[in-house]
Amino acid sequence: MNVFSIADLEHVLLASIPQIWYALPLIVVVSLVYGATRHENLREIFAHSLRNAIWCVGFMAIIFFLIWIVGFWN
Amino acid sequence: MPEIVYPQESGEPVVVDLQDPYWAAFLAWVWPGAGHLYQRRFAKGLLFMICILSTYFFGLGIGQGRVVYASFKPGDLRWQFVCQLGVGAPALPAIIQSMKTKKGGDPYWVLCERFPADYPNSSLAFHKITPENNNDYTGETIKDGFMAPPGGMNKPRARSRVQTDTLGRWHFEGKHYFEMGTLFTVIAGLLNLLAVYDAFCGPAIITPAQREMLESKKKKKNKKKSK
Repeated sequence: MNVFSIADLEHVLLASIPQIWYALPLIVVVSLVYGATRHENLREIFAHSLRNAIWCVGFMAIIFFLIWIVGFWN
Repeated sequence: MPEIVYPQESGEPVVVDLQDPYWAAFLAWVWPGAGHLYQRRFAKGLLFMICILSTYFFGLGIGQGRVVYASFKPGDLRWQFVCQLGVGAPALPAIIQSMKTKKGGDPYWVLCERFPADYPNSSLAFHKITPENNNDYTGETIKDGFMAPPGGMNKPRARSRVQTDTLGRWHFEGKHYFEMGTLFTVIAGLLNLLAVYDAFCGPAIITPAQREMLESKKKKKNKKKSK
């Protein structure tokens, strides 16, 4: 199996995942890295990351809700 | 060896030894987390390495190795590469490929070949050459290289005569994965800049004195509002 067909296989497997789920690893990674730049202790980093991730999801939910409401004017 | 001490409200103060901050920042840029490992901040070094590199390579993978490339030609200004370059050495092969293909040379690590812009059957121009559509074509082809700029874009005829080009085909064939891969690799590069800052200056911990100052400012604001 060459490089190209492996990449095609990967696309086939990923096609079954709804696009919204791609946000999840990004939220986790951004929260962890941002938390790590604000603390030195691992426990504090994880606590900060959790708060940050909840904030991100909440912010996205508000934007989703606003867009959903705007959709009724169509 | 600059050492930063962060006083804490309870318990021992946090001490961070930055060693040589310039060298640490350089190492942190070259390989995410390496600067922290050099400073003997192993947990954070591993955290940065895993988070940033997994994001970068996942993006590169879903983009089929094409989303990180260096091109600053008119018509294909890849500004995203400036952000992707933040990840350091993993993005450097794109510069090697750009230099290799600048004067029309073939890239290293060829992923596939495409029909040229002036292929007699114009509906197949820029399409991948596969056993199904190839009738023993032996002429010059466009080669897609790993982390190489899209080929066949430097001929003005290619951009004017037909509606599509290699970059257009990448978007079409990759569907949303091309954009998603670009996003992941750009975010990885930008996150590594935060890690570089952390290696150079230490963490931005809020000290008790700073917290007191922030709280007193808040109280003042609240008092003004209540009046």
